[in-house]
Amino acid sequence: MNLDSVKEFLSEVSAFLQLHIPEFLEFFFVLVGLQLLYTAYRVLRQKDHPAKIGTALFWIFLGILFAGGKVVPAEVSGIILFGIGILTLLKQVKLGKVESNTAEEQEKYASKYGNKIFIPAILLAFTAVAIAQFTPLGGQVGIGAAAVISLMVAMILFKASPKLMLSQSDRMVQQVGSVGILPQLLAALGVLFTAAGVGDVISDLISGFVPEGNQLIGVIAYVLGMVIFTMIMGNAFAAFTVITAGIGIPFVIAQGADPVIAGALAMTAGFSGTLMTPMAANFNALPAALLEMKNPNGVIKAQTPMALILIVIHIALMYFWAF
Amino acid sequence: MEWIRLIGIVIIVIGFVLKLDTIAVVLIAALVTGLVSGISFMEILAILGEAFVNNRLVTLFFLTLPMIGLSEHFGLKSQATNLIKKMKSLTSGRMLTLYQFIRELAAFFSIRVQGQTQFVRPIVDPMVQAASKLKYDHVEEEDVEILKAKSAASENIGNFFAQNTFIASSGTLLIAGTMESLGYDISPVAVAQASIPIALIALALAATNNYLLDKRLDRKYGKRNHSKKEGSK
Repeated sequence: MNLDSVKEFLSEVSAFLQLHIPEFLEFFFVLVGLQLLYTAYRVLRQKDHPAKIGTALFWIFLGILFAGGKVVPAEVSGIILFGIGILTLLKQVKLGKVESNTAEEQEKYASKYGNKIFIPAILLAFTAVAIAQFTPLGGQVGIGAAAVISLMVAMILFKASPKLMLSQSDRMVQQVGSVGILPQLLAALGVLFTAAGVGDVISDLISGFVPEGNQLIGVIAYVLGMVIFTMIMGNAFAAFTVITAGIGIPFVIAQGADPVIAGALAMTAGFSGTLMTPMAANFNALPAALLEMKNPNGVIKAQTPMALILIVIHIALMYFWAF
Repeated sequence: MEWIRLIGIVIIVIGFVLKLDTIAVVLIAALVTGLVSGISFMEILAILGEAFVNNRLVTLFFLTLPMIGLSEHFGLKSQATNLIKKMKSLTSGRMLTLYQFIRELAAFFSIRVQGQTQFVRPIVDPMVQAASKLKYDHVEEEDVEILKAKSAASENIGNFFAQNTFIASSGTLLIAGTMESLGYDISPVAVAQASIPIALIALALAATNNYLLDKRLDRKYGKRNHSKKEGSK
């Protein structure tokens, strides 16, 4: 066999794989759907769950959107989504009992496995990057495939039964809980805001004092917009969808900035805002209470100089690196 | 009145301030924004439903949960704690930097921790405080407070600025998902790689900051085991 025919074969395989990326992704979404439906099943089987029907419905609805999203009509998906909102609004979604072993047992396993315990987690990161870099499948399929592969390795390494795997999946899904779908919901909100023209209103507002065509001023507006909106909302994810549509796209990316670099830096710029806002209670007020500090804003005070320096660095980095 | 379209942002802010149910607040903000902008109810349902399904990528990290759950069951967190406990005889500043480094590494490998409760309160803060008390005998209240705040800060900074280096973190997936919705098809792996420089910069900045903290404490309290109390107010 000569080299050319090998090359030809490989490029055919590569084209075939690339063509089927949507199917691969759909397969992983169906897996996530089944994972969510399994949690619904566990909730239903539990005897003294505080909100059994509501919580089970919540996971069933989500499971349907994940596993069947492609075939369910868009309006029906929307209705299901509002169903989820009504369930959480009425506080019908609650964490039930989840099976978890004791800290002592975990200590014992830790001394048995030592640093080998980190192998599956490390494998996950490396496999995903490897698939993204060296195969035509891309980063999204890479994540799904790496998740499945590292799970297999973990099951072999720990000699874990499928039953244990399922109960751990359930435990993690329930612990992540309804908060876990918030980023996806915020992404959907961003799409609706764009359709409703919210981004246009913000960009009109900004263009009142930001001259279009100036890359540096655009970058400053994008970074500061992320910081300020994150401080107001206490959540960089919510700010990202709005500010990227309103400022990032028209004033930075449309002027030639790399959307990968600009987007990555805009998000962490928002996190600089998180360091300075009492709205992010989990990160700033919670530790002050946990550490029994005298000043409830002591953590914010200590973080602010660092946050200000990081804002300047974000502006410089986006300006020089993204263009 | 173009401005009325911003009402969704106002609703989100009020909802978040009053700590109302987040999912419901986001959906109400979407509904109201759509209606005041002249989009019909059925259209709003269709846009939201389609957008939610199209952004399933953002929640792909659920697929990594069984592996992480199994690793936790078999002692992932205990072993991480063991590693930190081994780091004795460090100054407060170096301990803070080391913890932030470990925290960034953990974020890169998607080890999900609630660091403030799991590490800062039980391990990091006690070790940082112990290091300064061992070195200077006596540390004033105001510096104890500063060290506490710095322990919390090293967790936050390590967590925030390194989390997007993990290819399946929800932030990374949200960036890729949002850009795709806006017409720019980008890979989450590329986003994760573009997030590496700022993670390293945040680490270097914190290290410098912590080094200066050590120097300041040295100046204020003198070198090892001198119980001089100069500079006290």
